[in-house]
Amino acid sequence: MVTPQRPSRPRHPRQQETRASGSAVARAQPAPETAAAQRPPSRLMRQRVRSAWLFLAPMLLVLAAVAGWPLARTVYFSFTDASLADLDARQWVGFANYFSVLRMPSGRTLYDGLLVDPVWWRAVWNTVRFTVISVTCETILGMIVALVLNAEFVGRGIVRAAILIPWAIPTIVSAKMWQWMLNDQFGIINVVLLNLGLISGKIAWTASADTAMAAVLIVDIWKTTPFMALLILAALQMLPGEIIEVAKLDGANPWQIFWRVTLPLIRPAVMVAVIFRALDALRIFDLIYVLTPNNVHTKSMSVFARENLFEFDKFAYGSAASTLLFLILALLTIVTIRIGRISLDGGR
Amino acid sequence: MKLFHAFLALAVAAMLAGTQARAADLSIVSGDTGNGIKVLREILDRYEKQSGNKVTIVVMPPSTTDQFGQYRLWLAAGNSDIDVYQTDVIWAPQLASQLVDLTAATKDVVGAHFPSIIQSQTVNGKLVALPIFTDAPALYYRKDLLDKYGAKVPATWKELADTAKLVMDKERAAGNKDIWGFVFQGNAYEGLTCDALEWVVSNGGGQIIEPDGTISINNPQAAAALDMAKGWVGTISPPGVLAYQEEESRGVWQTGNAVFMRNWPYAYALGNGEGSPIKGKFDVAPLPAGTGEGARPTATLGGWNLAVSKYSKNPDAAIELVKFIASPEMQKYRTLKTSNLPTIQALYDDADIAREQPIIPRWKQVFLNAVPRPSAAVRIRYNEASSQFWNAVHKTMSGEGSAADNLADLEVALTKLKGSAW
Repeated sequence: MVTPQRPSRPRHPRQQETRASGSAVARAQPAPETAAAQRPPSRLMRQRVRSAWLFLAPMLLVLAAVAGWPLARTVYFSFTDASLADLDARQWVGFANYFSVLRMPSGRTLYDGLLVDPVWWRAVWNTVRFTVISVTCETILGMIVALVLNAEFVGRGIVRAAILIPWAIPTIVSAKMWQWMLNDQFGIINVVLLNLGLISGKIAWTASADTAMAAVLIVDIWKTTPFMALLILAALQMLPGEIIEVAKLDGANPWQIFWRVTLPLIRPAVMVAVIFRALDALRIFDLIYVLTPNNVHTKSMSVFARENLFEFDKFAYGSAASTLLFLILALLTIVTIRIGRISLDGGR
Repeated sequence: MKLFHAFLALAVAAMLAGTQARAADLSIVSGDTGNGIKVLREILDRYEKQSGNKVTIVVMPPSTTDQFGQYRLWLAAGNSDIDVYQTDVIWAPQLASQLVDLTAATKDVVGAHFPSIIQSQTVNGKLVALPIFTDAPALYYRKDLLDKYGAKVPATWKELADTAKLVMDKERAAGNKDIWGFVFQGNAYEGLTCDALEWVVSNGGGQIIEPDGTISINNPQAAAALDMAKGWVGTISPPGVLAYQEEESRGVWQTGNAVFMRNWPYAYALGNGEGSPIKGKFDVAPLPAGTGEGARPTATLGGWNLAVSKYSKNPDAAIELVKFIASPEMQKYRTLKTSNLPTIQALYDDADIAREQPIIPRWKQVFLNAVPRPSAAVRIRYNEASSQFWNAVHKTMSGEGSAADNLADLEVALTKLKGSAW
């Protein structure tokens, strides 16, 4: 490639370079604004790109080692008949873990594999239902909490710190704590509700099919609302006060200000928070595992995968479930980003 | 999340580097039920004094299902941090390939144990674990309450339900509003397989999967047994029983809020311990029988053993440790403290044990007649088969589908799992 000459006038580097690369067509026309993309990078630019890669390399290597490699292994195992008792004895079986057709000697045809496993689809449904309900509740509650915390009042600093406590407690600890609080015989929740006269008999929160999911949701919402509130509060504090003042001067009431001014301005931040939470919720494991282990009404995709991977002699099947979990997660993220019309590279 | 992965990798690397075992630093992993860990620590303290080795206990949750998943993972990863595993009686066929063969090292001591228990831990001629205690459940009953209302100890499940209802209703009328009739292990986990196997066998409904591998669970007597158990939930048993494991049921029982409880012998010593509200107010009986053809009282065989990991860096020291804990002296010590059933035959005639834990000599026959879970027949697929069973039972008891339908579905699922052979 020809080394670009130093531009005679700094205002026309584009023309200069176009000429240097010898494109007659480009030279004959006034350079359009978009031509910048076609310009070959300068040496400085290339150097900067090179050093950027150099700086990124360690991180990329670590990522490849701790995220890429396990992911690739999992996908690979899902195409084998691996058993944890002897991983080395695995055989390639193609898509059999996902879907296979068995023809019985009797002439009956049976379908087998994860894609036709009702237990798996129930786990998917449980997870999606959990995600939608919990993230919706957390966003609304988080928004309310953030709006309150954004206002000036005495002791705001203490309240802000206090509200973060549920988020700071490790999930396993809070799940165990709630398990005792939700206990049907000794749990404080039942005692309080009974004394208030809201229920007539003690409720077996984590045992009953009707309340098991509700119990998990209550704990998750309690735990994660502070996280949402924090992210939304950060967005609220970035808002310039002038806009709100102008809206007030124009006679907008607080309700209008929230819907017409505040919400549209913080929407990108809220959407990022929602995606974060949704991704987190879709791989929910610890809370369900502690509160309602093995309960088919709350079994999530991760719990299903773990059960097959380690408890049953179905390491390959569990790997297939993990792979599908990954694909579902990726798919839902893309859909959410599209629907939310947010750009993750800051272009909005 | 990715950053978290990186941190995790670093943390694991640091941990592995930090735990390079010295000559005789051993680790033993055990689930935590009742006062088991405390007593194990006392036994280990004696061992440390005697041998100079140091032993760390890694404590796991009480649910055998939870423990198994973790152990399988550690063993598959060739983890050398754990030397000795406390293993459930049903695990031997599933973990055998990753455990040290103890046959030669324990030649001198196995003769003192019950041959049936040694047999249960022998896989393809290889002794994979040495028993430290065995288990056969009991029906715990409140002597004081039965006497108060002139009821006798039930011999059938029907009598149990009637007695439980009678006592519960009268006690509640007398102002004891938190009392329930019967608590057991109804959570969806291995414990429910134990409980439900007893209902089915005692009702003449077979052993789910017979020793020859035949799937026998889909029969009217088994369905009747599950229907009977379903009838207890919400009437004599709290609805929450469907989330109870051993310790939750003991919680209700030991606070004096249950007339009957199905549990393992460990609850005997704890119930009679200092500060227990029911101390001296209860006794035990064998579990009741069902009704119909082939009905008999029965108990599911449980029990715990010690196995040495193939990946241990100190296998010889670990085997010595296992032999120490399983020795007659230590089994006696454990039995006196925890009322666990010893696996040494002679201890059932021991005068100290008979005085301190009178349940033990009485339980020899119960345990000798106990029914094993079908782990020997089903081998490596036992966990999945068991989970299919407990899910069918749990569904029935939570009112999803009838017992007959769920058992028919279970038969299909088990047949599919079995394939051409177990």
